Amino acid sequence: MSFGISRIQLEEGTSTREAFGEALAQAGSNLNVVVLDGDVNNSTFTKNFKDEYPDRFFNVGIAESNLVGVAAGLAGCGKLPVVSSFSAFLLCNAYDQIRMSVAFPNQNVKLVGTHAGISIGEDGPSQMTVEDVALACSFPGFTVIVPADGPSAAAATHAMLEREGPTFLRCGRPKVPNVYENGDAFLVGKANTVRDGDDVTIVANGIMVAMALDAAEGLSGEGISARVVDMHTVKPIDTSALEKAANETKGVVVAEEHMAYGGLGATVAMTLAERGPTRMAFVNIGDTYATSGKPDELLLQFGLTPDAIMDAARRVLKD
Amino acid sequence: MPKARTEDAAELERITRTLRRDIVIATSAAASGHPSTSLSMVEVVSILFFGGVLRYDPKDPHNRERDRFILSKGHGAPGLYAVLAEAGYFPADDLTTLRRLGSPLEGHPNMCRLPGVEASTGSLGQGLSVGIGHALGASIDELDYRVYVMVGDGESEQGQIWEAAMYAGNHSLDNLTLIIDRNGYQQTDSVKNIQSLDPLDKKLEAFGWAVRDIDGHSLDEVRAAFEWAQSITGSPQAIIANTVKGKGVSLLESDPAKWHGKPVPEEDKDRALEEIGA
Ligand SMILES: Cc1ncc(C[n+]2csc(CCOP(=O)(O)OP(=O)(O)O)c2C)c(N)n1
Ligand SMILES: [Mg+2]
Repeated sequence: MSFGISRIQLEEGTSTREAFGEALAQAGSNLNVVVLDGDVNNSTFTKNFKDEYPDRFFNVGIAESNLVGVAAGLAGCGKLPVVSSFSAFLLCNAYDQIRMSVAFPNQNVKLVGTHAGISIGEDGPSQMTVEDVALACSFPGFTVIVPADGPSAAAATHAMLEREGPTFLRCGRPKVPNVYENGDAFLVGKANTVRDGDDVTIVANGIMVAMALDAAEGLSGEGISARVVDMHTVKPIDTSALEKAANETKGVVVAEEHMAYGGLGATVAMTLAERGPTRMAFVNIGDTYATSGKPDELLLQFGLTPDAIMDAARRVLKD
Repeated sequence: MPKARTEDAAELERITRTLRRDIVIATSAAASGHPSTSLSMVEVVSILFFGGVLRYDPKDPHNRERDRFILSKGHGAPGLYAVLAEAGYFPADDLTTLRRLGSPLEGHPNMCRLPGVEASTGSLGQGLSVGIGHALGASIDELDYRVYVMVGDGESEQGQIWEAAMYAGNHSLDNLTLIIDRNGYQQTDSVKNIQSLDPLDKKLEAFGWAVRDIDGHSLDEVRAAFEWAQSITGSPQAIIANTVKGKGVSLLESDPAKWHGKPVPEEDKDRALEEIGA
């Protein structure tokens, strides 16, 4: 049985960036929320907020360093600033401003990076991030969230606004299949077990959750019972969900739309290494940038498929 | 919000001497830090805090209506701490804990640890953007506070300064005043030799700022410049304060590139304090 690109179904559902933009506009009824943009609000969907609350929307221009600094100043006045741009431009162009003006002084700034990962497709690697989760996790005190689908991106948007402290929310460009229903609970730092199983656990986030569910379905056809854990919060990671998975199943597969270093896989491995030996396997982009191509072509080429997850599961179960 | 306004010229002179003495003593005690950077900004911060410019209350440091002073050139921390102590944010005795483990007087300003510090700085180029955030906050909340940001002339090589300058000019942020401490030197050489800013006034004007060039060590000129800044509507204001790096200590003035980031050596300290006259 093969679960190749036909099962990724990227056209279904909404994109996480769009769900974020809708949720943010809803949150605009909180008068403290201000939104800052670097000339991409029609791509990040902060345009929704801009149209409803133009007085609390600031398009700072193509100047991400200044963008982040201005947001930090607004946080210093007690505002709740949400800064959104492509993940690549926000985290890479303004890394030092995030470090100095947001993370180090622990300012309540919410950074939302869209067009993350390789699934943005044709625009190519300058617009993608394969390293953004690593960069966001590198800031002491940061919360880092990678939602799986539209409903969870919307819920994550509200949750991060309610929670005090600097946060990075990672959103993607393409439409993604729904794993959740609107209104499902979302708790920052608390993983969701979206499928039960007792042979192997697949820990995933972002678009890899839907693929993990497809992989689990495929594995069940081979008599393998796979648990799927949506680890939407990379930092702080849900240690107890991981320990439970390691204790109750024979191994852990970690799947993410990110390079091999510094993301979910590295964090899960570090967490489980404290507990003792765990059989593990990793599905990610490796140590490389991607190329241009159609989103599902790229996911196939760079090994982000249900098939790749099934292979990894078989590897951890082999004695 | 109260203002500390000292009309008495002799009293202001005394304050500048006290700040200079505190800067030299604290950095020498720490055996590290940036006295020359701090000495060039003394008249400007003295007028800001004691010449009736800033509205602030050390007992209520987070009051929403306070004016803000952001030291973007964070390595001037000893100068900022000296003026905050003089203003009553903490006891002057604490100044000699500069850079020590456990002291909130860190090598560069840390807003989480020391009331009166409006922004954590030390990576150059960032304070003007943070100041813009505060200036926008005033208009959202319809408050009439003003924001003052001080940058170095070397720091003004940073692209972010010009991103911020363009934004403030285009959005007519007239509650924002920038002070450029133009002491002519940066870490390793003169600004002219590394990356000349000339013509700085024309550049800022082209970015939509009202600009004034002053002698940054003349208390009268500094005071007049802030009064001018407060009278301007429709554009942010830049005060180019022409200063001397290490002002008041001949050893530090003699070779600014050599003395950047170096305290007055123990054996030269008495002479330095004598020159300062405090
Ligand atoms: C982004 C950044 N790069 C380099 C440094 C190291 N550095 C500290 S002070 C300084 C020179 C600053 O010159 P200027 O802004 O003119 O300040 P002055 O000491 O003359 O007042 C440098 C290069 C830094 N702190 N931040
Ligand atoms: Mg200088």
